Amino acid sequence: MSSFARTGSLVRLGLRLDRVRLLLWIVAIPVLTYATASAFGELLPTVESRLAFSLTLANAPALVALTGPPFDLSSIGGLTAWRIGGFGPVMLAMMGLLTVNRHTRAEEEAGRLELIGSGSVGRFAPLAAALSTAFGASLIVGALVSLGLVWIGEPAMGSIALGLAFAGAGCMFAAVAATTAQLTAGARAAAGIAASLIGVSFLLRAIGDSSGPQSLSWLSPIGWTQQVRAFSGERWWVFGLMAGFCTVFVGASFALLTRRDLGSGLLPAKPGPASAPDLDSALKLAWRLQRGVTASWVTGLAMMGATFGTIAESIGSLLDDNPRLKAIFEAMGGEQNLTDAFFASIMGVVGLLAGAYAIQATLRIRSEEVNLRAEPVLATKVTRIRWVAGHLVFAALGSCLLTIAAGVGVGLVHGLRTSSVSGSLTKLIAGGAVQLPAVFVLVGLTLLLIGFVPRWAAAAWGVLVVSLVLKQLGPILQLDQVVLDLSPFTHVPQIPGQPISWAPLLILTAVATAMSAAGALGFRNRDIG
Amino acid sequence: MSAAIEIGGLYKSFGKTRALDGLDLTVNAGEVHGFLGPNGAGKSTTLRILLGLIRSDGGTARMLGLDPWRDTVQLHSRLSYVPGEVNLWPNLTGGEIIDLLGNLRGGLDPARKAKLIERFDLDPSKKGRAYSKGNRQKVGLISALASNVELMLLDEPTSGLDPLMEASFRECVEEERHLGRTVLLSSHILAEVEALCDRVSIIRNGKMVESGSLDELRHLRRPSISADLTRSGSWLKGVPGIHNLSVQDHHVEFEVDPDRLTEVLRKLAELGVGSLISRPPTLEELFLRHYEVDTER
Repeated sequence: MSSFARTGSLVRLGLRLDRVRLLLWIVAIPVLTYATASAFGELLPTVESRLAFSLTLANAPALVALTGPPFDLSSIGGLTAWRIGGFGPVMLAMMGLLTVNRHTRAEEEAGRLELIGSGSVGRFAPLAAALSTAFGASLIVGALVSLGLVWIGEPAMGSIALGLAFAGAGCMFAAVAATTAQLTAGARAAAGIAASLIGVSFLLRAIGDSSGPQSLSWLSPIGWTQQVRAFSGERWWVFGLMAGFCTVFVGASFALLTRRDLGSGLLPAKPGPASAPDLDSALKLAWRLQRGVTASWVTGLAMMGATFGTIAESIGSLLDDNPRLKAIFEAMGGEQNLTDAFFASIMGVVGLLAGAYAIQATLRIRSEEVNLRAEPVLATKVTRIRWVAGHLVFAALGSCLLTIAAGVGVGLVHGLRTSSVSGSLTKLIAGGAVQLPAVFVLVGLTLLLIGFVPRWAAAAWGVLVVSLVLKQLGPILQLDQVVLDLSPFTHVPQIPGQPISWAPLLILTAVATAMSAAGALGFRNRDIG
Repeated sequence: MSAAIEIGGLYKSFGKTRALDGLDLTVNAGEVHGFLGPNGAGKSTTLRILLGLIRSDGGTARMLGLDPWRDTVQLHSRLSYVPGEVNLWPNLTGGEIIDLLGNLRGGLDPARKAKLIERFDLDPSKKGRAYSKGNRQKVGLISALASNVELMLLDEPTSGLDPLMEASFRECVEEERHLGRTVLLSSHILAEVEALCDRVSIIRNGKMVESGSLDELRHLRRPSISADLTRSGSWLKGVPGIHNLSVQDHHVEFEVDPDRLTEVLRKLAELGVGSLISRPPTLEELFLRHYEVDTER
């Protein structure tokens, strides 16, 4: 077993390096689950009230695409599993992915793995340690989720099943990330491939759970975590699928590791052009650095939009099977409103994703600085403001492209199916565009942090996560409006469906502009490095 | 001769650490100036203030007659800089990075670039992440040397280069000198500084401790003498002006204060001299003397 020598020491090193990050995940996910469950307990204390809720659930069919299939909404546990069953596993999958990526390829790219490898450390130890850390963290989150639900008084079996399903998502995508980390020499690219697999997995089950065919949900690891059916006659054998998936990908990652050299990927490194006479401005440099990432985000969001475009049409047909629901919806404004509400909530998710893109694009400024790549550029004629602006242009224009791509994806597919392409396109592109002012606020905030408290720049991610939680769970947690207003996305009008209200959009844009300007000035006047 | 760089009483603190403690430094136009000091003495901090990357807490710094913090852009089109640690963009090729940095400075000489790439034996089509430390350093050097500038700031530019490439680097700096460019060369390699530099400044704990031409500095220091005497050398004990005396029967080695040299030689002649070697102080001795004070603390 000398190939695994010192795995334990490396796990301890990983825990030391990640103590804050992992702790945040480990606390946040169980707390959110617990809060959701106890909020349902207060909102819907009796079985009758829950059954009534499950029938009047205004956009249930649309929500199914975003959350997960409802199996038994008569219990608190069942409600919680349904409501958080899409969100929770995706969060855990991200945790597993980021943890493994950070401790494998990112360390290798930075050259630190070489230093570790020169010690009396087994060939497989770094990868084994990263996987152990991610698996351990996932299981701890799962255990805490189960404990919280048992604490509230939910059945132990269901609680354990939901906790394990969460943990399963974390483990499966940790294993995926371990494999993609072997493929590319760049950590960003490796994480990107793994993240796109989370996206595909989420979309497969979104189609499978809403418009069908249902078999698609069974192609999706995220779908499996829901098909466990916690609190609704648990199907324990589904965990066998997850274990099998983990085994395959963990095995693949170790097999690939033996087939490559330290520092290289399996995908061959191609030589590039030996000169670049046209590469002569900070903007062009930013373009070179950001274009790949931007292109993959745009493609991803267009695909996601198209997926939801195919689902939207089926919302009406779902209602046909349920005359009682249909009557309720017609009283509420009819099928059109329902579809619009669905689109508006999809565009809300698009807004958050664009926010994630925008934050990482803006944080490039900080990572270039930390990696000492800002210094040689700022030692040339390029002013600091111009250099920051180069990256900012991509954060802003990239987000525009992203939301438009998603809007076009949804609008085009839905329009073709309902033969109203232009109307549907206009509506959905508008639905995407109204998210932009809120996205710009995140850009402004990130730049403000970079300008004044650069060490804390990554806190911008915290703001995005808070916005996400407020959006996903805010209504259920019955939070105060003051708290909900903290998220810039709360102020975005629901388009399509509502009339466009310009005032909040203009205010958001003004706030974003002011924060960006202040952040840029802060950056101009502080020490670099 | 006009000054290309003039620093007076420069202060800079990072939290509680005082990086520069009233530093004075003058670099004349057209000279190659060696900037020496132990790790953490404040060399890189000085260069980064001169580049306007960080702001000093007090004192003055002028470069080419301009203020490094305020006139950043004008200055930067007239200088090139090689950082101590050249970090490249992993997905840009070396050739692209050379062009990029040159273009951002205001253009580079394509013929000179081609010559330098050949001289430093660099494959410019490799991606940044594929280069070794020495090759990353070459990318930075080629880009800086191929730019048409008046002033070069080099922060330990040969770290990671093999001896052959170091020789190429020296040739290049010689060419820069002939072109009349000013070079501020921060370095640890004494042979390099002795071979290249017109003048040298030694910095310690953020202060200038020595500055001048190599000859001037040597003049201030004691020459070393080793001699074979016809009588026992113990007679030399207690003679004023003699330091670090070691006596092995008739063979003596010692250092002597320059102003006492005549007296000491007279004394030696009295004792009868079989052979005598006098050696001027090397830069290494100057350097070590200043460093030792540092380690004694």
